Amino acid sequence: MRKFAPFLAGLLIALSVALTPLPALAVNPDEVLDDPVLEARARELSVLLRCLVCQNQSIDDSDADLARDLRILVRERLTAGDDNEQVLDYLVARYGEFVLLRPRVTAQTYLLWGMPIILLVIGGLVLVSSQRRRANAKATSLTSNEKAALSKILSDRE
Amino acid sequence: MITELGHYALVLALALTLIQSVAPVWGARINDERLMASASYTSPMIFFLLFLSFSALTTAYVTSDFSLVNVWQNSHSLMPTIYKISGTWGNHEGSMLLWVLILALFAALVALFGGNLPPSLKANVLGVQAWILLSFLLFILLTSNPFERLDQVPFEGRDLNPILQDVGLAIHPPMLYLGYVGFSITFAFAVAALIEGRIDAAWARWVRPWALLAWCFLTAGISMGSYWAYYELGWGGWWFWDPVENSSFMPWLSGTALLHSALVMEKRSALKIWTVLLAILTFSLSLLGTFLVRSGVLTSVHTFASDPERGVFILMILVLFIGGSLALFALRAGRLHAGGIFAPISREGALVFNNLILSTATATVLVGTLYPLVLEAITGNKISVGAPFFNLTFGPMMIPLLIAVPFGPLLAWKRGDLYAASQRLFAVFGASLLVMVIAFAFLSDGFSLAPIGIGIAAWLMMGSMAELYLRSGYPKTGFKVAMNRLSGLPRTVWGTAMAHFGLGMSVLGIVFVTAYETENVSILKVGETTELSGYTLRLDELGPRAGPNYTEDIARVTVLVDGKVVDELVPTKRIYTARQMPTSESAISTFGFSQLYLALGEVKDKDTVVLRIWWKPLITLIWFGTVVMVFGGAFSLSDRRLRVGAPKPSVRRAKAINA
Repeated sequence: MRKFAPFLAGLLIALSVALTPLPALAVNPDEVLDDPVLEARARELSVLLRCLVCQNQSIDDSDADLARDLRILVRERLTAGDDNEQVLDYLVARYGEFVLLRPRVTAQTYLLWGMPIILLVIGGLVLVSSQRRRANAKATSLTSNEKAALSKILSDRE
Repeated sequence: MITELGHYALVLALALTLIQSVAPVWGARINDERLMASASYTSPMIFFLLFLSFSALTTAYVTSDFSLVNVWQNSHSLMPTIYKISGTWGNHEGSMLLWVLILALFAALVALFGGNLPPSLKANVLGVQAWILLSFLLFILLTSNPFERLDQVPFEGRDLNPILQDVGLAIHPPMLYLGYVGFSITFAFAVAALIEGRIDAAWARWVRPWALLAWCFLTAGISMGSYWAYYELGWGGWWFWDPVENSSFMPWLSGTALLHSALVMEKRSALKIWTVLLAILTFSLSLLGTFLVRSGVLTSVHTFASDPERGVFILMILVLFIGGSLALFALRAGRLHAGGIFAPISREGALVFNNLILSTATATVLVGTLYPLVLEAITGNKISVGAPFFNLTFGPMMIPLLIAVPFGPLLAWKRGDLYAASQRLFAVFGASLLVMVIAFAFLSDGFSLAPIGIGIAAWLMMGSMAELYLRSGYPKTGFKVAMNRLSGLPRTVWGTAMAHFGLGMSVLGIVFVTAYETENVSILKVGETTELSGYTLRLDELGPRAGPNYTEDIARVTVLVDGKVVDELVPTKRIYTARQMPTSESAISTFGFSQLYLALGEVKDKDTVVLRIWWKPLITLIWFGTVVMVFGGAFSLSDRRLRVGAPKPSVRRAKAINA
């Protein structure tokens, strides 16, 4: 089982990445790159980037002019030969961390990313300890008063 | 005149609420029966007064009485009548009035149908309900009065936000409010139990139907909102992890956990303290949602004109109720004795697992929603936490839960046998594996994880039916006996199976549409065609059209399969005259459970346009699944053992259940 744990964790994460909703596109035909591989990468990145003037929309979803500018910018950087990480770095340098819909793991976001695991572990520990407590409580014998009461009830029945 | 009557009724309701928030609670303390019983009379009266008040506002909307600030700001004389009516709650003040109306409705229902409650518990529950109502009535009258007049009556209104001019507005908010305001009842029960310092399995029996009722409405409300966003916002998404969506999703998650833990408490008298805490947290999350949406802390489609004064007021209510109830919980929880013991592998254990995952998921959504706000307040740094974060954290967390669902009902209370349950699910496992292999073979080109998701959905759907199948005894018993057994099963068993089956349907829809959706964006001239997933789309006409309070560009698109016309779609782009606000009206064609979704992009010139087309396979299963879940909940609610105010089950029936 222990061997399986990392495999299982990997599978779960991979599965959820695979199930990340496909972008609903706002991209216009004239923006699309000729190279399908680059275009696919551009779309992949677009989902991760926030349209800064919109309400919680990615640049892939948004019709706003700024979103369009950013989409074109992403494609320019890709065509210039940047890898995905470099494109994100470039945008963060220009617009700040706010532009990333999936925040980076930094000192400021450890708590954010770690929270699900921390909570699961704490929850699990609380459960185990309460289970133990209950098991112990079950083992404790009756007090003398309770014993007396019990024998009284039993004798009354007879 | 009617307006003044409505205003007066609102103030009268406040006065009565003031009485109800003191008299019954005091009566319970000094054991005065008449004082305790007073709440049973005031509650329906308060509801009646608020109903009058709400009707008065609706009347003002229908008659376009622009002397009211609220009507002037949010209505227009040319709007169709249905939008005038639903426009009553399409704004901050009006929707607050609907909020308190529903709060009063639930209190009145407890007053009328809670005849079998112990008098002191009933008095305390209605007293607590009155405290909530009191604070929100004060909020309305002091900061958000819908009955304020204008000195000079304007000739025309400023129109309702165009996005809200849709039948969705007539259904989504009332459903949603019935849901999360409904959880105020479970909150009131929890606080009343803490005040009394006494709680038992019977408490859970009273609470569970209310939680189930609220849950059904909340599920329907969220689902309706999702479908509305899907067709109205025009970019084909159905869930955006928007902070406001999250604020309704959090009470849903913890409410779902509450349903399951209350079950353990009712049957096995265990998890008492936890259930009380969940009841408090669920409504606290509803209040938090109300605060986030109304204070202007967040911006979204749902934000009504926000005003800091209101934000501070709701924040005070929030602190008072959440802080107060949690403090009370900390003080009194120690007195509640832990109940029945159970082995880790048991029905209780499975439900605890459900609660562990659901509450962690709730907390994850909560942290993700609030993190940017808190971080900015502390460090001044702005970050975004969007859909990619939630998909990466919430998604994997759900998978073990979904896999565990079919096991739950098959495990015995107290001590279950996982091996035996697995054996009974073996056929389902095999069938799900087969589905997965078929999906791999026929749906994927290249490596994809979607077939695993499809397998999980199949496992959920078939696994939730396994209990029914096993209990029918078919094929060992004859068909007729099996049918008799099935119809004799308690409705809650059916309800559980249906709700879990519905969940499987939704999962299937989600997996399919995320993995196999296809898209096409084309510049089309009139007469040209384009193809997508076997459908040919021909642009037939492009031109302007005038509506009652808007003008629009329309495109007439014919859908063909193998040269045969199967549908005609008319996506449009509108400009609403009064606000000069553009919206996009998508056009959808449904084939089975799948949909072809069309949205109009930029109109290039008088006969060229950008057309966005999506093929969304099995997408409607997402919403049909929730409908099945709601039916499951409602069916379970109709079980006579749960029915509100039902007398104790007959001895014969009780025996049958124990057997």
